Amino acid sequence: MVWLPAATVAGALVVLMLGTLATVLGQTGLPRPGAADLAAMRFTVTQAAVSAAVSVLLAVPVARALARRRFAGRAALVSALGAPFLLPVIVAVLGLLAIFGRGGVLNTGLGAVGLPPVGIYGFHGVVLAHVFLNLPLAVRIVLQGWQSIPAERFRLAAALGFGPRDVWRHLERPMLRAVVPGALLAIFVICLTSFAVALILGGGPRATTVELAIYQAIRFDFDLPRAAMLAAVQFALCGVAVLLAAVVIAPAGAGGGLDRPVQRFDSAGVGLRLWDGLLIVLVGLFLLAPLAALALRGLAGLADLPLSVWQAALRSVLVALPSAALAVGGALVLGIAIVRDGAGWRGRGIELAGMLPLAASSLVLGTGLFLTVFPQIDPARLALPVTTLVNAALALPFALRLILPDLRQLEATQGRLARSLGMDGMARLRLVTLPRMRRPLGFALGVCAALSMGDLGVIALFAAEGGETLPLQVYRLMGAYRTEAAASAALLLVGLSLALFWLFDRGGRLDASA
Amino acid sequence: MRLPLLAAALVLSGGMACADRPVLTVLTYDSFVADWGPGPAVEAAFESVCGCDLRLIGAGDGAALLARVRLEAGRGTTDVVLGLDTNLTAAATATGLFAPHGITARTDLPVPFDDPHFLPFDWGWFAFVHDRTRMPDPPRSLAALAGSEARIVIQDPRSSTPGLGLLMWVKAAHGDAAADIWRGLADNIVTVTPGWSEAYGLFLQGEADMVLSYTTSPAYHLIAEGDDTKAAAPFEEGHYMQVEVAGMLASAPQPDLARQFLEFMLSDAFQSILPETNWMYPAVTPAAGLPEGFAGLHVPERSLLLTPDEAQALRDVAVQEWLDALAR
Repeated sequence: MVWLPAATVAGALVVLMLGTLATVLGQTGLPRPGAADLAAMRFTVTQAAVSAAVSVLLAVPVARALARRRFAGRAALVSALGAPFLLPVIVAVLGLLAIFGRGGVLNTGLGAVGLPPVGIYGFHGVVLAHVFLNLPLAVRIVLQGWQSIPAERFRLAAALGFGPRDVWRHLERPMLRAVVPGALLAIFVICLTSFAVALILGGGPRATTVELAIYQAIRFDFDLPRAAMLAAVQFALCGVAVLLAAVVIAPAGAGGGLDRPVQRFDSAGVGLRLWDGLLIVLVGLFLLAPLAALALRGLAGLADLPLSVWQAALRSVLVALPSAALAVGGALVLGIAIVRDGAGWRGRGIELAGMLPLAASSLVLGTGLFLTVFPQIDPARLALPVTTLVNAALALPFALRLILPDLRQLEATQGRLARSLGMDGMARLRLVTLPRMRRPLGFALGVCAALSMGDLGVIALFAAEGGETLPLQVYRLMGAYRTEAAASAALLLVGLSLALFWLFDRGGRLDASA
Repeated sequence: MRLPLLAAALVLSGGMACADRPVLTVLTYDSFVADWGPGPAVEAAFESVCGCDLRLIGAGDGAALLARVRLEAGRGTTDVVLGLDTNLTAAATATGLFAPHGITARTDLPVPFDDPHFLPFDWGWFAFVHDRTRMPDPPRSLAALAGSEARIVIQDPRSSTPGLGLLMWVKAAHGDAAADIWRGLADNIVTVTPGWSEAYGLFLQGEADMVLSYTTSPAYHLIAEGDDTKAAAPFEEGHYMQVEVAGMLASAPQPDLARQFLEFMLSDAFQSILPETNWMYPAVTPAAGLPEGFAGLHVPERSLLLTPDEAQALRDVAVQEWLDALAR
């Protein structure tokens, strides 16, 4: 009952990811990587590992601060923190440069007080941008972990006279062991396929990633076997990362609770409050200042945007909704099977299938799909269905990572009772899983819808007359000198993404008091 | 529930073609088909004379176009491919997918152009564009730029056609000394971007003093924005050209319409659309002349352009030279 749907979804993902790769490869064997490819792999892995480590290291204290503080605007802040994650890459980079760039706010400020400017281009720039883009995801995954510790635990801790250090040792550290490896894994794999960010902020060809090599192989050399080989390398790196994370991940042991609102008795000290406040303000500034710069630039031109941009916006929303539903539905099916299997090989295999899309090269995926349907079907007629499907597949790993910790917890706390009642299948889904998963599911739906809005993915190869999505329009405006209009269209994109995200996230939290 | 469905139907129906007229499919780059590009006007103008339905399909940028043609490999419905440049035409001809156009055309390019498979529709000179108010006295040659303190942003030749154009520029101007020029330029390069849009965006945001673009770029700012601060720096070695071409496929389902379109492409109706939508020089100067904003543009005395075969032969060597110089 659990395995058949999970195997179907996992199988579909594997066929979509590896099947397209095989199609691109064609009849030849995988070529061997050259010296330049090895250098690109080294750089790719290094920057991804450092970016993931820095993002999660920062996310832990920030998530803790957000978990134990209540303040006006907290919910709005938590929502808005997700925005960088949803930006088209070049827009995010321009926003970041408005603050940290040569002519940015930071260097203008430094210059005003007589200090030398700080350069952003180089390895540190790549990491800075990846942290900017992925810290929100890390914070949300870790915050989700904190929120899964039942209120009763904190009450008990208070009754036992626990200080912050004891709470850390007995409640928070075990929770982090369950949550942190997953967050590291997700961000590492996302950064594996980075291309434009790494190249632009890396300052030149030293920052060549595997994805750039794939671009070159397909577009200039039309060397499809080489592109397939490089894409296979990305999948292999993803596979190694998933297995490593699986070894480290420990199931959460916080146990069940009665869903009372959490009260934190351990964090009333003035020093702690100041520290948490400072963290929240600093991270808020880091993530929101570049967005504010974008908003300032884009706001004026919003009303003058051409009609085609608004049509593209509608089209993007219509793609995002079914994409999100597909992604979260698929992730739920996979997630239930994974936690049911505990640490067994079937669960690991399904989890790996669920993570594969993160490591997919969108160019190889698009090319493979094109070769599959062509020439039987005119690709232009499939533009929107293919975009919907691919966006769903690419968003699924995020949904999986976001709901997996809660599913594990649910299995630990309610699994035995459900089994002893002989409750399985739809009944268990309806009565146990869905009600208790509302919050993470709503959040995952929001993230997936927003991701689908922002993703450019494979649309370019399938683009039809009148089939443009909003991100594609942003790029087209930029490609025609219309930087101001592009800024407005990007603002519209962020606004719509955030609105979708907020709607679903809110929906998931209705009647939840925390 | 009904409203979203209705909206979906409206949106999806955008791509459907009329049933009774023959359809001519032209594959081109993205910025050509955009609302603000030449596409809509070209479509209206051609449809008023051809009795056909012109479908303009955007497929990424210039480099992506050839990859798309090779993916289709003659099995598709594409008739005409519009938007390759002469750095790509040797590879395009070698695929055997393009048919000779058989058209003798007179063009106003500053260099002779004769290719049995491809006809030029517009062209431009590459140039480093700067802001006059921030940089009143720009370097006057590639060599001077390499020796200067100017901060520039360029495109990656492995993913972008202007990036590849700059490689050819340095090669055509300095030959065997190209590697020295690149070593000199290495410390001027703020960063390298995947495509033209990112580089130009960085320049406008003040990240660099100069950006690799076209001598016609200042015309956009002048005409569309009333801004006369942007200028292209004249270089003594001469300026390398980008010639954008179109060709018809051997597999074109509508070969006669395709040829008619290529002829139309060099007519006044098509050519006069280009300057203020594609911001390049039209291949045939329109009868009414160029728009006023083009008059003040820098016109290089020397035009550099390698033949397609030379460009093809030099590409791998030049990219490696570039990588070696910049990856120190």
